[in-house]
Amino acid sequence: MKISRKTLGIPYGLFLVLFVIAPLVVIAYFAFTDGTGHLTLGNFVGFFSDPNTMGTLLYSLVLAFVTTLVCLFIAYPVAYVLARSKWKRKSILLLIFVMPMWINFTLRITALKEILTLIEGNLAFHPFLNTVIGMTYDFLPFMILPIYNTLERLDESLLEAASDLGADSVQAFLRVTLPLSTPGIVSGVSMVFLPAMTNYVVLDMLYNSTYIMGSLIGSYFSAYDWNGGSMIALLLLVIICIFTFLTGADESAGKERGGALL
Amino acid sequence: MGEAKTNLIELKHIIKQFDDNGFVAVDDFNLEIAPGEFVTFLGPSGCGKTTTLRMIAGFDLPTSGEILLDGKDISQLPPNKRPINTVFQRYALFPHMNIYDNIAFGLKLQKMPQDKIRQKVQHVLEMVDLEGFEDRKVSTLSGGQQQRIAIARALVNEPRILLLDEPLGALDLKMRKEMQLELKSMHQRLGITFIYVTHDQEEALTMSDKIVVMSEGKIQQIGTPEDIYNEPKNAFVADFIGESNIFGGIMTGKCKVRFCGGEFTCVDDVEEGTLVDVVVRPEDVILTPPGKGVIDGVVTGVIFKGIHYEITVESGKNEMVIQSTKTPAVGEKVGMTLDPDGIHIMIAEDHTTRFTAVADSEYNLTFNDETIHCDLTKLIPGSRMQNGQLINNAGEVVDPERIRVEVSIKPGDIEMSDDEEAGLISGRIINLIYKGDHYSYVVRTDEEHDLIVDDEYLWNMGDRVGLILPEEKMNFSLKK
Repeated sequence: MKISRKTLGIPYGLFLVLFVIAPLVVIAYFAFTDGTGHLTLGNFVGFFSDPNTMGTLLYSLVLAFVTTLVCLFIAYPVAYVLARSKWKRKSILLLIFVMPMWINFTLRITALKEILTLIEGNLAFHPFLNTVIGMTYDFLPFMILPIYNTLERLDESLLEAASDLGADSVQAFLRVTLPLSTPGIVSGVSMVFLPAMTNYVVLDMLYNSTYIMGSLIGSYFSAYDWNGGSMIALLLLVIICIFTFLTGADESAGKERGGALL
Repeated sequence: MGEAKTNLIELKHIIKQFDDNGFVAVDDFNLEIAPGEFVTFLGPSGCGKTTTLRMIAGFDLPTSGEILLDGKDISQLPPNKRPINTVFQRYALFPHMNIYDNIAFGLKLQKMPQDKIRQKVQHVLEMVDLEGFEDRKVSTLSGGQQQRIAIARALVNEPRILLLDEPLGALDLKMRKEMQLELKSMHQRLGITFIYVTHDQEEALTMSDKIVVMSEGKIQQIGTPEDIYNEPKNAFVADFIGESNIFGGIMTGKCKVRFCGGEFTCVDDVEEGTLVDVVVRPEDVILTPPGKGVIDGVVTGVIFKGIHYEITVESGKNEMVIQSTKTPAVGEKVGMTLDPDGIHIMIAEDHTTRFTAVADSEYNLTFNDETIHCDLTKLIPGSRMQNGQLINNAGEVVDPERIRVEVSIKPGDIEMSDDEEAGLISGRIINLIYKGDHYSYVVRTDEEHDLIVDDEYLWNMGDRVGLILPEEKMNFSLKK
């Protein structure tokens, strides 16, 4: 018997239904109902009228924004140097930047915590700074890889053309290299910004007691407020969708994202 | 042109050696170009033509030598400081800009006012027949259109020299022919100096005022298309430009040359007894009834080529390709003759391979870790072997480390083998020319030495071969 394409799709179809669609439906159900099962928008009204939850949203956004910016400023020069270098073994250099990802996450952050304690004495004095450092440390490879991929594939002759037409090296960078590497930047930014908004483990381990979106959801669920937690999860999903739509409008960005996952 | 005497650009003793592998891409390149000339660098891939162009553009810096523009050395200037623009092989249009911004790129960098830029962009777009394309994206254009935009983008800056690096290579045949004519007429209208790189000899002959034929980093010949075609300077040029029959021959008297088993009258007066290469263009061979020409042969192949037939005739061990409107049958006997001006004589170069062998402590000659049997006592007059030592005529022991022997061998005496380990040296075939009854190969060894080998059989370009140098065919001479 010939196995058709449809047959090959069955395992994933099952997975999709069980672990993607079903949970989404459940989340949506809880988000729009109250504890007794009645339809309501009260969960949303509650979130947007509570200064505490709004503060958490703002804090998460600022934290994610700063982390992303720091990552970008560190990652771009590194990716640029790596991609432009004529050195034959540059993949080894790249490996050095990516290798930390292979070490257990908790272990890495614990090590970082010890180092920061050595420097600062007490971690409690700089919770925001420590969190940014921790997240940068954690997410940097996700920024480097996509930018490196776009720069690596940049056609050398385009830079020669720019130079031929009268551009010095700074002008050539600003007018050719930078615009052509935006797909990589966009994909790097979305791979850092979104996790940075929700990854509360880093905060937890670095003794930053401020809530971010991830910890907020957790706190609702541990207080058995499934409706409130689901609502925030759904809200976050919408924010992420909007963000992805805005940055992913450039069709080529999608390809970079694929390239970055290797 | 009153200024015709002054050169716009001069290349003097340009040498380019690449740092990473030491490969010499361009070797002692000398050229003068007058304002308004259309100069073509022609040669097979890897001959150094693109490297030379890149040095003129400023993308590569010469290892030594000068590039003079209006008498001033620009060889070390970056590309953006040279009044020279380039049309790249694969166009190199900026994919993130529309056509207008691509063309305006150079003008914007010059801080030219907006309305003037707009005017100039429109003007060049008209020139390349693509009016109204300003807002199009690069990716929506066909190859031919992208080509025109690349030309427009370079020309809008009004360069002193326009460099074109195989610009038509990616186009189909019909488009290429059209663009050839268009480029030529553009050159005539604008009066800008064009330097054009191609491996297509027909393209070079059609478009150029001056052709520079290059091979292996060296200039083989500089001349007008007519010169290059009619009076090739050596076998390489003759073979590369147009179809040709090349034979080994010998001068037998005043304006008499013997080749292919016949004696012909030619126009070149070369000393009797000189070994020569004879070039015969296929269209110059005159077919006659058998016995009525200088030589006879048997037709072995006839191919219809549209305007003419391509006829292959075997005469003894030689093969002659003829273009004719007559159609002899395969197997038919024919006679062949040539007008004196249809015979081009080139003094044959000395292709003897020479290398230096050294002696080991047992007085055995070695080269490449292989032993060559040679009786050293015959090379050093009055010397003799005694107790394993070589004693010269003064009775002193000759230090084996000081013995250097030059070994020479003729191209026809070297044998080629599939087995790379079969002989003293191995290498890769980088060039071959058919010379009537044999092929003349250039074999490049791993140490970048070129050897000329003559062989009856056809090998392919790029084949790795072992070279067997029979000891009985070697000539030895002592080096001081």
